[in-house]
Amino acid sequence: MFSRTAFAAFRPISRPTSVLRPTAAFRLPSVLHARLLSTETKAAIEKAVGSAPVVLFMKGTPETPQCGFSRASIQILGLQGVDPKKFVAFNVLEDPELRQGVKEYSDWPTIPQLYLDKEFVGGCDILMSMHQNGELAKMLEGKGVLVAADQ
Amino acid sequence: MLRTPGLSRLFSISTRMASATPLEDVMRDKLAHAFTPSTLIIRNDSHKHAHHAPMQGSTSKETHFHVTITSESFRSKPQPARHRMVYTLFKEEMSRENGLHALQLKTRTPEEEQRDQEKNS
Repeated sequence: MFSRTAFAAFRPISRPTSVLRPTAAFRLPSVLHARLLSTETKAAIEKAVGSAPVVLFMKGTPETPQCGFSRASIQILGLQGVDPKKFVAFNVLEDPELRQGVKEYSDWPTIPQLYLDKEFVGGCDILMSMHQNGELAKMLEGKGVLVAADQ
Repeated sequence: MLRTPGLSRLFSISTRMASATPLEDVMRDKLAHAFTPSTLIIRNDSHKHAHHAPMQGSTSKETHFHVTITSESFRSKPQPARHRMVYTLFKEEMSRENGLHALQLKTRTPEEEQRDQEKNS
């Protein structure tokens, strides 16, 4: 039931996954650079982080997450009532440069990763505990990224 | 013929290989040293994730862990900073192929742990 709510809430986000694709920004000249965060990759990730107030880097898509932790994160954002228009998800499995790059960019070795107004919030565990202790609701409310209550 | 240092190294290697949980042993060791935790619970969840696509071809029985750490070291540090402290400790293990794939963390100070326990009792 929860998952259906989340799916419905985030259906419009197929738009953002393509944001990175046409830029070719993740094509690096050589495999030697694969573990270094190039200026191009960094710029592309910065753009991704700023592409919406709520940004989730995840494995798979909101409709079909490829990892339990990404699934849990999507469900939490759905339960919180995050406005789909203010939310964008990036599938790191579509792009090895993004997958490695975002880990270095955030200084965070795992996926998923949540950004709110370009600020790193945390991974799934942090999201879960903030969801449970009410901090997440307060934070999302404060940033004005929730669906209006009367809708 | 065999000098003592060589011999002892041989022993330490064989001891390590004898452990069925080499990664968990390393984790426990590193965490105990870095945080002198008052609570340290390491739970191996790898069997729950063995069927996942990324785990195909992996023979490791130590890929997914849940770690509960209670330590004074976390005082006045926000959660992301606490998690980063732990991640830094396992940088090598997490970046290695077939290494530590997922690490769930519960990082609390003694007071926070106590507060949670009171809430749940």
